[in-house]
Amino acid sequence: MSCSLLHMANEDDRVFEMGDYQGPVARWCAGCGDHSVLTAVQRLMAEEQLKPESTVFVSGIGCSSRFPHYMKTYGFHGLHGRALPVATGIKLTRPELDVFVVMGDGDCVSIGAGHWVHAIRYNMNMVALLLDNHIYGLTKKQTSPTTPQGYKSNTQPRGSYLPAMNPLEVALGVTNASFVAQTAEFVPAHLFATLKAAYRHKGLAFVRILQRCPHFTQDLFQDAVKKPDTVEILTHPEGIRAEGLDAIYKNQIRHDPADIHAARELAEGPEKVRLGLFFRDESRPRYEETRALPKRTAREKIDLLNEDFDRYAV
Amino acid sequence: MKQSTVGATALAEREVSVRTVSDLSVEVVSDSGEGAQKCGQIFGAVSAKMGNGVWTVEIIPAEVEPPPRNPAGASGIRIRLGDREVTNWGDETNVVVAFNEQALLGRHRLNALASDAIILLENMWATHSNPDVRKQWEDAMEELSGRSYTIVGVPMEEQCLTVVDDARKGKNMFALGLLCALFDRDVERAKDQIAHAFRGKKAEITERNHQLFDLGYTWAKENLDFRFEIPTMPAGGPKVVMNGNEALALGAAAAGLELVAMYPITPATSASHMLGEVFDRYGGVVHQAEDEIAACGVAIGASYAGRCAFTVTSGPGFALKTEFIGLAVMAEIPLVVVDVQRGGPSTGLPTKVEQSDLLAAMFGQPGDAPKVVLAPATIEECFHVMTTARRIAEALRTVVVVLSDANLATGVAPVARPELSPDWQAAPPDLRPVPPGAKPYGWDPKTGLSRRFVPGQPGGEHVVTGLAHDERSKVAYDADTNQRAMEMRSRKIAAFQQTLLPPVVNGDPKGGDLLVVGWGSTKGAIEEAVDRARREGKSVSSLHLAFLSPFQPGLDKVFSKFKKVMTVEINHSDVKGTPSITEYNRRRGQLSMLLRATTLVDVDCWTRTIGEPLRPVQIYQAIRENMPGGKR
Repeated sequence: MSCSLLHMANEDDRVFEMGDYQGPVARWCAGCGDHSVLTAVQRLMAEEQLKPESTVFVSGIGCSSRFPHYMKTYGFHGLHGRALPVATGIKLTRPELDVFVVMGDGDCVSIGAGHWVHAIRYNMNMVALLLDNHIYGLTKKQTSPTTPQGYKSNTQPRGSYLPAMNPLEVALGVTNASFVAQTAEFVPAHLFATLKAAYRHKGLAFVRILQRCPHFTQDLFQDAVKKPDTVEILTHPEGIRAEGLDAIYKNQIRHDPADIHAARELAEGPEKVRLGLFFRDESRPRYEETRALPKRTAREKIDLLNEDFDRYAV
Repeated sequence: MKQSTVGATALAEREVSVRTVSDLSVEVVSDSGEGAQKCGQIFGAVSAKMGNGVWTVEIIPAEVEPPPRNPAGASGIRIRLGDREVTNWGDETNVVVAFNEQALLGRHRLNALASDAIILLENMWATHSNPDVRKQWEDAMEELSGRSYTIVGVPMEEQCLTVVDDARKGKNMFALGLLCALFDRDVERAKDQIAHAFRGKKAEITERNHQLFDLGYTWAKENLDFRFEIPTMPAGGPKVVMNGNEALALGAAAAGLELVAMYPITPATSASHMLGEVFDRYGGVVHQAEDEIAACGVAIGASYAGRCAFTVTSGPGFALKTEFIGLAVMAEIPLVVVDVQRGGPSTGLPTKVEQSDLLAAMFGQPGDAPKVVLAPATIEECFHVMTTARRIAEALRTVVVVLSDANLATGVAPVARPELSPDWQAAPPDLRPVPPGAKPYGWDPKTGLSRRFVPGQPGGEHVVTGLAHDERSKVAYDADTNQRAMEMRSRKIAAFQQTLLPPVVNGDPKGGDLLVVGWGSTKGAIEEAVDRARREGKSVSSLHLAFLSPFQPGLDKVFSKFKKVMTVEINHSDVKGTPSITEYNRRRGQLSMLLRATTLVDVDCWTRTIGEPLRPVQIYQAIRENMPGGKR
């Protein structure tokens, strides 16, 4: 069924299908991981029946930050590295809106790193996706903080000098983190299951999505794609459960997402791709709930203001 | 210099003289952390309540606690009292209470004190056990002896120690007692004001401060043989006593602004302190962001989502917000940005006044980013400007920058109490479905205005973007679309300009020899100087601009009636005739640059960046020196 919003705007019996969330045809390169994420997100929205008018996708600048343009929802395509402050403002103001933040690795881990750390601490109820292809794509192959050490780029042609930053370690180190997961665009079932768990989480769900850039880092995930044994899936009844992975991904380890110490050890582990829910704790305070304030009418505000003026009266 | 050694016995033999004056300034100076400002604020508030015109301005060193007994670390407050409304901090100080001679020296060296000032000076340092301190005292007395000050030694420490263990924590209330005795302030009012100032602290604190006040009051009554009387003026409607930042904060609430996102920065932060204290009662949120950039982003996000929001900062923070301000202009998201200006560039003079962010506000963004820039000139305007700014931002879907400054932020004066109206509050966001066919940037070709859609409105789904975009907010790099969108964003500022009234000339609207043009906090000092020159027969008038972008209409007409037009500003301009400076390479005051570009009038400028508000006498002298045809 296709849904015309204009004519059914006031009815709650609208039924949305994936196509109802589809904006213009995405202009990412063929083979770009962003396509998989877009599809998974649209599938999630249909499954959760999210209202397009009450959903906001906020992004920064970069290939993946074009994401909102390809959705048929509200969107905010802002500044490089600054998606999270905008999302914070939206959520503080309108907690009833569903807010998704889409960032690349340059956006989130480099220029916007300060906001990223604080957004995790604010723990507002939204989904923050890090679409991590380990490279700056839009500006044509510059080293990002997650580029592997030794990997050549246009800014570091003799190879990246430092060990790559591990966003999971950072996220798990931030006070008040409440949901940290890693998935990969090349494992669609896991990607979808992770997005669903993230959406349903109460608090800031930080999801790092490993993805390929067909132009600049196509070799990076070859092993993970071709040799499923190099991928480790974290499993647990409280974790992310994706259907149909067992036959391909034999390498599974049990990890209780309530265990922050084990999560940190797994996150820092060897050069192995680990997918799953590292940590979840819904008891952490959510900033917007601590700031929930009474709605005052204009008249009430004036009366209260007058009381404050009385204190300054001559 | 006269060194008085008055004592209780001496006073008994002498008459108490009362000097009646219409205008007088008092300073309380101390080391940082000794509470001189609190003393002065209470004294100013009591004086206002008793019917004097009052303006107080704080003298704040940049450090929280600079080394004690240091001329550069002088901390204090000036309170100017008058028998009519006082609009600025005046010229020189006539009565000083100094907690040590080094802080006093700091003020002396800045020429802040009148040559015949009366100084009540803590005298413990003269007989201090440390010979270095005694030597400093002697050297200071030598340096001060060049002026005809009257210095009265006061045993503040000795007196305060009868009530408190640490006199550093008590001298300010003792000093308040001294001043209230000298100026015959109402003791009950003073004590009420002390209680108000220390509300929220333990009751013993107020009680102890009352004792210290009594001590100072009694000491002055028993030992000082002079008093001052400043005639009062009729009440003239209810008044409130506050500083410009407090007025801004309450003005924001009265304007219906519901969220402020900020990051601590001097001298803007006290506005957030005020909001932090009261805003949540009105349902407003003070969000202290992780940095200045985020503060701007949060305000933009909130505004995008339909809640009136603003951010408040000072110069360095304003610079950091630059990219976000450009985004708000480009995406046409209403935003109010308050910049409480301080000395720059860079970290500059964090606690001191300057008016040097005007061009940054106008042109600070990369690319062309037309916006509205307003400058309140008085504490009262700090209150009302917030409603004006909020309304313009929302009506025009643009950024409104409000340029206040450290002078307004810390200046305290009684102002007319506003009669608040619910009409000033913003309507809640309209979440009704968007009519079919409506576009998120459906620009009216005549005005450039368009209606915005907020999340939650069915049918209005679109993506705002900082990229060039068309009426549907679709990214568009083609020449026609970019040219048109640029025109629309600029046109709405022009359309708005046509709704403004021409500015009003202070002095002679028919014209004359010299027109002084100012903006922001200098209004009171400029008009006082102009009035003085006019009383002496000078053909000078002044014009004060509340709108810096766009300018009010008719400036060229007003300018054409004067032989010479000159701005007076607190920013840097090169002085003709100084080394390397010519008419052509000369840097000009920021407003004068804008006025020259806009009106093609040869607008001159007189500016200073001396880290303090302009004194009327300085402007008066500048007027005399700049009268065309040498009519000094």
